[in-house]
Amino acid sequence: MTDAGPERAEAPKRVALFATCFNDTMWPGTPRATVQVLERLGVTVEFPWKQTCCGQMFTNTGYADEAIPLVRGFVDTFEPYAAVVAPSASCVGSVREQYAALARRSGDPGLQRAVEQTTPRVYELSEYLVDVLGVTDVGASFAHRVTYHPTCHSLRMLRVGDKPLQLLRAVEGIEVIELPGADECCGFGGTFAMKNAAVSVAMGSDKARHIRDTGAEVVVASDNSCLAHIGGLLDRGRSGVRWMHLAEVLASTREQPA
Amino acid sequence: MSRSHRTSEPANPVGSTTATFVGMPSFPHAAADAVGNSQLRRNLRHATHTIRGKRAEVVAEVPDWEALRARAAAIKDATLARLDEHLMTLEDRLTAAGAHVHWARDAEEACRIVTDLVQQTGVDEVVKVKSMATQEIELNEALAAAGVAAWETDLAELIVQLGDDRPSHILVPAIHKGRSEIRQIFSERMAQAGRAAPADLTDEPAALAEAARVHLREKFLRARVAVSGANFAVADTGTLIVLESEGNGRMCLTLPQTLISVVGIEKVVPTWEDLDVFLQLLPRSSTGERMNPYTSMWTGVAEDDGPQDVHVVLVDNGRTTVLEDPVGREALRCIRCSACLNVCPVYERAGGHAYGSVYPGPIGAVLTPQLRGITGALEKSLPYASSLCGACFDACPVRIDIPRLLVHLRTRVVDEGRSGRPSAESVAMRSAEWLFSDARRLTRAQQGVTTAARALRGRTSLGALPWPMSAWSSARDVPVPPQETFRQWWARTHEGRA
Ligand code: SF4
Repeated sequence: MTDAGPERAEAPKRVALFATCFNDTMWPGTPRATVQVLERLGVTVEFPWKQTCCGQMFTNTGYADEAIPLVRGFVDTFEPYAAVVAPSASCVGSVREQYAALARRSGDPGLQRAVEQTTPRVYELSEYLVDVLGVTDVGASFAHRVTYHPTCHSLRMLRVGDKPLQLLRAVEGIEVIELPGADECCGFGGTFAMKNAAVSVAMGSDKARHIRDTGAEVVVASDNSCLAHIGGLLDRGRSGVRWMHLAEVLASTREQPA
Repeated sequence: MSRSHRTSEPANPVGSTTATFVGMPSFPHAAADAVGNSQLRRNLRHATHTIRGKRAEVVAEVPDWEALRARAAAIKDATLARLDEHLMTLEDRLTAAGAHVHWARDAEEACRIVTDLVQQTGVDEVVKVKSMATQEIELNEALAAAGVAAWETDLAELIVQLGDDRPSHILVPAIHKGRSEIRQIFSERMAQAGRAAPADLTDEPAALAEAARVHLREKFLRARVAVSGANFAVADTGTLIVLESEGNGRMCLTLPQTLISVVGIEKVVPTWEDLDVFLQLLPRSSTGERMNPYTSMWTGVAEDDGPQDVHVVLVDNGRTTVLEDPVGREALRCIRCSACLNVCPVYERAGGHAYGSVYPGPIGAVLTPQLRGITGALEKSLPYASSLCGACFDACPVRIDIPRLLVHLRTRVVDEGRSGRPSAESVAMRSAEWLFSDARRLTRAQQGVTTAARALRGRTSLGALPWPMSAWSSARDVPVPPQETFRQWWARTHEGRA
């Protein structure tokens, strides 16, 4: 883990979207919202068709050999772009924090060079908006009470700090309520949720309770996997709290409310 | 040495001196049991959150905390890189100061050395000041087998010992015990171990502490041999250092005739200047105090003062093997402050026992499999006993990147399993890789998902799923997949553009 995000780059107004495999398949609303926000800000978005998966699930479970072809696929796909944007803190974290070690393991100096060049240009959505484009008001409107859960990978791997909150607070009509124990892990942790289900559910239940206690209508985060875990517990508890990705709140407008 | 391997009955009338961790179930099972114990979870939550808050406050007072952490990490790395030289210097200085130095390759050898030394003095009991190394090598059990009772003198360890329990925290081994439980243990067990607890003992903390004080005082005045650990060993001068809160350690270090210190070889620091850095970091990280109440330092034998027969047993027990792994060796920086335990959400729910060794929590999850080797089910499960949230790394005063080590050790677990029969998991991972390594395959698979989703139209959740997904669906609602993937939407709306 590093302590700082990438250097502030020249603002490339043409970006490649890395939708991430889970979002593409399970939560397409999130990359769709990402496209809408970026296009509204005048950014040209491209979607390189041959993209698949960052390999995080493999790496974090110990299957490094299985992850290496995906690392190669990722850099092949995204090397030509000056900026890559993904609406998933954990996938960006895996790219920026783990690819170098995987490339070393591959023993292929070409892959190591490609990884070195590509990975610093991969941004999580809030990083791209605030650090690269320099905007916090993205012209969104969302008249609801929301609370924000900073996922561990956005908080401690990418160190996005309060960038998502800056973006949320600039949304028209929104009421942002502070979440007690916000920086505590929700217990998702990829395959941890399956391998240590009892502990994972205990952690997630505490998180869900804290969210309910805020009285918010919507819980927002930058990782749909964490949200699905928290949301799955909230729904099981019939809490009535909705869960939404940051991108979807930012895409919401008065004309087309989310 | 496990309880079943004892050759004779333990000398300790209380039962086993302390229960051992041998034969623990793998982490998920032990943790699931602990999660079901709401009293345990409440005790743990209260204790860890209290220390967590205190730690954050005193850490914030230090203007250059991050620089201090970085320096500590650098000192440890440099020392570990030339560990042999520093240990030779330490041995030289200790010997020159009148101490006897012994080297122990593993737990068995270390236990034999200490047992022989104790037996030469002819005593049948020793007092101990908190030492994790002796718990790691299970010295109490070895001494018991030789007919020697070893009495813990740290209050929390005394509670664990009298309760025939295992420690569950590095700093607060009895963190899982409530007050009334402690009263009961004292009332029922103290008499068998020495001075009995007063008949009218209440569960007021002051009353409990007084009962322990009287009980221990008698043992200190009687003991002729003490066994200690050391937080640090300064090579330059041959000085050992123990930090503690109660003063019981100081009693052990000054009253007996013979002092035997059991020290892991990674405890060495080159100079007093280096020590200074750690003395600033340790109390703040561990107890949340600016300074710990007692810091004892001793250099060999002081004539007519304190122990006249001083031994130091330097223990390897897997440490040089850890040193061989350029990634994993970072774990040897650990100064056992327990900050990582106190911020760990998994430790908070699973409790210390689930980690199956004297080193629980995040550091235990990376240290135990390395010291013992990734051999049994428990050792294989420990690198997975984390959600990789990273709170431990932020808290660690010597900047051990525990999440990185966990991923590294998971890779070792998988790599070592590659030669055997493929597991259900590895088969699933390989087919997922096959799917993800080609966008056309992924797209085709997605078509299956959206077709299924259209069949499920109108439902809000999927209900119960078959194994292994049941681990998820038993407690969490599963969202129904969408009827159009992102790719399909992109083709429909942005076709021909990219
Ligand atoms: S790993 Fe770090 S935080 Fe944990 S006990 Fe060791 S020194 Fe303390």
